[in-house]
Amino acid sequence: MKPRTLLAGVLSIGFFFLLLGIWHLSTLPKAKGAAADTEYSKLMGKSSGKPEGFPTPAQMGEAVKRQLSDPFYDRGPNDKGIGIQLAHSLGRVAAGYFLALIVAVPLGFAIGMSPLLYQALNPFIQVLKPISPLAWMPIALYTIKDSSISGVFVIFICSIWPMLINTAFGVGAVRREWLDVAKTLEVKPLRKAFLVILPAAAPTILTGMRISIGIAWLVIVAAEMLVGGTGIGYFVWNEWNNLNLTHVIFAILVIGVVGMLLDFLIGRLQQAVTYAD
Amino acid sequence: MSFLQVSGLAKRYGRSAVFEEVGFTIEKGEFVCIVGHSGCGKTTILNILAGLDSASDGTVVMDNREVAGPSLDRGVVFQGHALMPWLSVMSNIAFAVKSRWPEWNRIQVQVHCQKFIDLVGLTGAEHKKPSQLSGGMKQRVGIARAFAIKPKMLLLDEPFGALDALTRGVIQDELLKICAATKQTVFMITHDVDEAILLADRIMLMSAGPDARIAEIVDNTLDKPRDRHTMHHDKQFYRLRNHLVDFLVNRARPLISPDITGKIVNLEPLRRQHEA
Repeated sequence: MKPRTLLAGVLSIGFFFLLLGIWHLSTLPKAKGAAADTEYSKLMGKSSGKPEGFPTPAQMGEAVKRQLSDPFYDRGPNDKGIGIQLAHSLGRVAAGYFLALIVAVPLGFAIGMSPLLYQALNPFIQVLKPISPLAWMPIALYTIKDSSISGVFVIFICSIWPMLINTAFGVGAVRREWLDVAKTLEVKPLRKAFLVILPAAAPTILTGMRISIGIAWLVIVAAEMLVGGTGIGYFVWNEWNNLNLTHVIFAILVIGVVGMLLDFLIGRLQQAVTYAD
Repeated sequence: MSFLQVSGLAKRYGRSAVFEEVGFTIEKGEFVCIVGHSGCGKTTILNILAGLDSASDGTVVMDNREVAGPSLDRGVVFQGHALMPWLSVMSNIAFAVKSRWPEWNRIQVQVHCQKFIDLVGLTGAEHKKPSQLSGGMKQRVGIARAFAIKPKMLLLDEPFGALDALTRGVIQDELLKICAATKQTVFMITHDVDEAILLADRIMLMSAGPDARIAEIVDNTLDKPRDRHTMHHDKQFYRLRNHLVDFLVNRARPLISPDITGKIVNLEPLRRQHEA
């Protein structure tokens, strides 16, 4: 096990440098044949000191260093540090996600416990589930009249379904023998819900939570591109409008790393409640 | 008035009956085994006694009260141990104990649980999860959990069915000891004739389903205490065993045959014959 882990690490680093190498080679400045024609370049707006074309790894490194050295600067609405933007996005995701959790788990419990409720609500869930959360945006903007809260709503609506469905499934699939044990011990309904059904269904519920956090983090970028103002999604869109690809690439990397961390976090929670049978 | 009275019990699905006219009594402190082929409704009868299932017809009266729904007065040991895998051995038993005596504090619960863990020989495994235990150990936890709530009656649904012969013997001995010490009233399902002879005071034989009946109730005349290792030297052992096996092989036919009368068979006279 150990030598393989080591080898895998070495390979990972190798691939990383290979990618960097390819990137570096493919963005080498082209030999400028028409270098003399500065007049023409100026006319085309290409000599204003802005980096030309796709950024090289070196330029990228500099940008990353610059951004990370001061992630929380704030120079007006269109120029904020990556830290501030991330904080806005994470705040929206957290708010929407926890609202969804508060609604989905009790409702999922009820649906999982009652076949009647399951059948009655299933058509609604099936129709609402496949709707792209962004399709709700106009409705949200119109009714809520606040772009930031509309973002929260979109996160809410996209993260509720996996949690709801998984909770209902997990609760419905609790083994009969455990319920029989609870029955023969005359366990009160609330105690049964918290001490038998919840721990039995917890791994499934956490699976739903893990899917939800992934979707929420995917959706927040798109939602913020749409409503603008603040957030990592807006940052990406704003830097695209500035034609600052270094910042766009930097933001993409940050989105990936943060998404990974969120998944890791819920994954750890999931491990904690999973039981060996 | 017997401690447990079952009369006219029937379970039907539509027009077909699993069993009909099941009636028997159990006295306090008695150990009764029920033996029969698969599908004759043994587990259904046990579930009805436990209050987990309802009969289509008939009544069950325990301690002068009609059985309607599950109760802490009847402890159940399930076929698959039915332990909660996220709880340790101690917590599994504590869950039952806290259900029985909600007013107890943590120390009281723990002391009580420890007593029953020691009783089934699981000392040292208190904090293990069920997944870390062998099949026999899991079933011991199930037994400890059922005994720990001090039920008026214990219902065992083929508790040793999934165990290897060696483990089974050891746990049978332990069960025998605990029952003798606690004078527990027990109703147990088994497929194993030797197990029934070792443990039971009376053995109920069921005819095969559908439409099963209790064919005979056989008194176990072997002297107590019985020992698994020496029991088969007793002259009555093979007579009793042959009678039971013979029933299962030849006479437990489905549908009602004339020799299935529901009468109580007493092997006492036969023994005298043998000795003479």
